[in-house]
Amino acid sequence: MLAPGLAHFLIVGAVLFAFGTYTVVTRTNAVGILMGVELILNSANVNFVAFHRFNPSPLLTGQVFSIFVIVLAAAEAAVALAIVLAIFMTSKTIDVTQADVLKD
Amino acid sequence: MLGAVLLVVVVAFVFWVFVRDVLPGLAPVATQGAQLAKPSDLLFYALAALSMVSGAGVAFSRSIIYSALSLLGTLLGIGALFVFLSADYVAISQLLIYIGGVLVLILFAVMLTSKIGDRSHTNPSVGVFPGIVLSVALVAVLGYVVTKSPWIVKPDAPQINQTARTIGDVFLREYLLPFEVASLVLLATLIGAVVIARKEIKE
Repeated sequence: MLAPGLAHFLIVGAVLFAFGTYTVVTRTNAVGILMGVELILNSANVNFVAFHRFNPSPLLTGQVFSIFVIVLAAAEAAVALAIVLAIFMTSKTIDVTQADVLKD
Repeated sequence: MLGAVLLVVVVAFVFWVFVRDVLPGLAPVATQGAQLAKPSDLLFYALAALSMVSGAGVAFSRSIIYSALSLLGTLLGIGALFVFLSADYVAISQLLIYIGGVLVLILFAVMLTSKIGDRSHTNPSVGVFPGIVLSVALVAVLGYVVTKSPWIVKPDAPQINQTARTIGDVFLREYLLPFEVASLVLLATLIGAVVIARKEIKE
């Protein structure tokens, strides 16, 4: 065990990114996929803040960017869950393999 | 078939590079851990373990409700890591927006849409093997990049102590346009979510 440096935080971000990708790829439940997307966005945030901490700029660039990411993630979650609810109301399921009405 | 062979070849190559280049780079780091174990370092490892284990819970849980609760652990751990990185404003935003807003929204969606009762069917997954291969390859490649890149690091550079004040300043000065665009996006999201999710009124 040694003092955490930049690489430690980046490794944490990479592992979370991989878990998020796994979630997005394997889930068929739309809400589950959304959770994976949140994981991916959070791992990117860890990287931004860590880069800022270990190479700071007077404008706080990394932190400001991560705040924008948080804002957009909130907006994305709201719209995506609204779409999920709309799909559930029309087809009674949120399995993404079943939601292929537009194909026909 | 060809795709599977190609996938296996690519993954084998990535593993080979990982074992050849990354692991020798990590070995001296592991042996020089003699000057260790300030309490704050242990705290970092605990928080990183919390967020990564909870992330695994999100990825591998059978029940979608357990996935959502694991997401709570991940978001908490990452927020604590932000505090560790002396980014207090981002940490508070994470706490308020993610845990107070997004997670509650996700839990609402879970309750409204899934049948929580039949536990094994709420969170089905397909293609587990390609998923595992993909994520292992991702960790290998990203670990290679992280350990091999010459990062420019200034760990003892002066940190800004009043992050909230500075962030407010730069939001209204240097980042004014993105700030306003973000507020417009939030307004559009508000209206759009209401319009999409309401019941259609048939005449």
